[in-house]
Amino acid sequence: MIEGILIGLTTALTFKNIFMVMIGCFFGTIIGMLPGLGPMTAIALMIPITYGFDPATGLILMAGVYYGAVFGGSTSSILLNAPGVPGTVATSFDGYPMAQQGKAGKALAIAAWSSFAGGTLSAIYLLFMAPSLSKVSLSFRSPDYFALMILGLTAIAAFSSKGQFLKAMMMVVLGLMLASVGQDSLSDITRFTFNNMNLTDGISFVLVVMATFAMSEALTIILKRNDPTAAAKQVTLTELGSIKINKEERGKMYKTIPRSSVIGFLIGVLPGAGATIASFLAYGMERNLVKDEEKEKFGKGSVNGLSAPETANNAACSGSFVPMLTLGIPGSGTTAVMLGALLGFGIQPGPRLYMTNPEIFWSVIMSMYIGMVILLILNLPLIPYIARILAVPKNYLIPLILFFSITGIYVMSFNNFDIYLMIGIAVVATFLRLYDFPMPPLILAFVLGGLMEENLRRSLLLSNGSWEFLWGRTLTVCILLTTILIVLWHIYKTLKKKKS
Amino acid sequence: MNINTTKIISLLFFIFSAFYLYTAYQIQVFAFDENAPFNARTFPIYLGYTGLFFSGLKLILPDPDTIKVEHKTLEYKKTGILILIAIIYGATILKVGYFLTTSLFLFTSYYFLGERRWILMFLLSFPFVAAFMYLLHGVLDIYLRDPFLKSIGVMG
Repeated sequence: MIEGILIGLTTALTFKNIFMVMIGCFFGTIIGMLPGLGPMTAIALMIPITYGFDPATGLILMAGVYYGAVFGGSTSSILLNAPGVPGTVATSFDGYPMAQQGKAGKALAIAAWSSFAGGTLSAIYLLFMAPSLSKVSLSFRSPDYFALMILGLTAIAAFSSKGQFLKAMMMVVLGLMLASVGQDSLSDITRFTFNNMNLTDGISFVLVVMATFAMSEALTIILKRNDPTAAAKQVTLTELGSIKINKEERGKMYKTIPRSSVIGFLIGVLPGAGATIASFLAYGMERNLVKDEEKEKFGKGSVNGLSAPETANNAACSGSFVPMLTLGIPGSGTTAVMLGALLGFGIQPGPRLYMTNPEIFWSVIMSMYIGMVILLILNLPLIPYIARILAVPKNYLIPLILFFSITGIYVMSFNNFDIYLMIGIAVVATFLRLYDFPMPPLILAFVLGGLMEENLRRSLLLSNGSWEFLWGRTLTVCILLTTILIVLWHIYKTLKKKKS
Repeated sequence: MNINTTKIISLLFFIFSAFYLYTAYQIQVFAFDENAPFNARTFPIYLGYTGLFFSGLKLILPDPDTIKVEHKTLEYKKTGILILIAIIYGATILKVGYFLTTSLFLFTSYYFLGERRWILMFLLSFPFVAAFMYLLHGVLDIYLRDPFLKSIGVMG
């Protein structure tokens, strides 16, 4: 492991990669601060740029964007009570009241230090957990992988759909259907191409991500007459106050951070759960654990109440890399985008990545830590200025997002058809968004589609066409039982909600 | 019967799944693969049935959290214009070239979204695209085809 860490450090600490983390953190912070534009959009916009680099640098850049976007989301939660990403909703519960009391600077500092500590601790957990899990996952067979993919897709549908499980499952199926377009990987038989040569190689992953996130988000903003930058215009540099944290507040954070980082990391590892659930759980847990006197302050500007979700959502970000790096199965929409980008580089994440491409595996883990340090030293003093940058009117912001999306596709294919297809998918996605059809399950399904078919193919061929492989191995059965439990739990929750 | 839009979307998805399933059955596989446990059409067929199942469930089951969209408040005109500009951009980018079409796309998009600060609009279109193009083409070595710049001798 020491050798791996050194390889990772050597790769991550080059001037180019440190610069990429800085760029990623900065760009991610700006996008993350804009309500409605989350890490997935930020990463999607970055993908075409990453293809100009080697895989390690590309992934480091995307990871930097990811942390930056989560951090940026916290900033808009605290300053504007407008969470940039769902994972920072819980941050606004106590962050915004603090800002209203004239302690915005302090709230930002608490959030930054908590994020840093949460991210650092979870990077350490990842450091120890990922290699062991990689070794364990080498024993996984095709039926286990197939079951694991069903678990991942069901879990993301259950957790990301705000009670709209069936809508999310429909999006999963749509994602898998889109992934099935083009040549069959084994027989080279073309499917669903309707004799169109442009579809022979299938639909590009970047195209689907750009269309369903960057482009459709831009169109939704125009359609709904939202202005994500309007609130940022209200922030003035003088309102922020001091960023110093006193001894008493530090004492509270010392207790909160370790426990919230553990819960955040573990939730992040679970497929589909992610930063949103982690931050809410950490907030709830913290409220139950503090003294009655402190409990009263929750929702009114509590240090613990701000520190807990901030620690947990950053820890969950690192945690979500575990299934992607070790099993090759992303745990969240954001890591699904990264997985797609890695596949674009010709790299197959999974248990063997640890052995075949150690520089990528370890440099990503190391860059997480570097990213946290950079976020702390670069972003904290710059936050007021970044907030001012956000006053860019939407009249400029929206065309620029469309420009980046179309350019991203153009430089990859030099093909008009892909641009039309992207616009078409974006229009459909915009319409679906209006009716609360979630997009992350579609992306996850699209990325996993090929792998899922491959593993089902192997499993069915090995069992002579019989579905017995689903209960032939203990591990497969355990994974499928977990899937069933998630579905049952979701049905129970829906019925309970109906009754109340 | 009062049908909400979510149900209509589900119905459309049901029809789409049925069409997908029909097309999946039409996939030509090799003769020796016809009776194999798994061939090129197996996975799409399962997908088609799964699509029918979930959209069918959504159609049948009551929808307690009906989403109501106020269509009158939506900005269809600007969105439509923006999509049209994007389509024109897509249609001309290969023939005219990246620089001119992208700059014009940005400039007209700013205009149709209500911007009237001409100098800023210009700076954020032509010089901005030139700088971005330099980053892609000159720094990152990503090839950008541009017949317009070639015709005036700027690009080789």
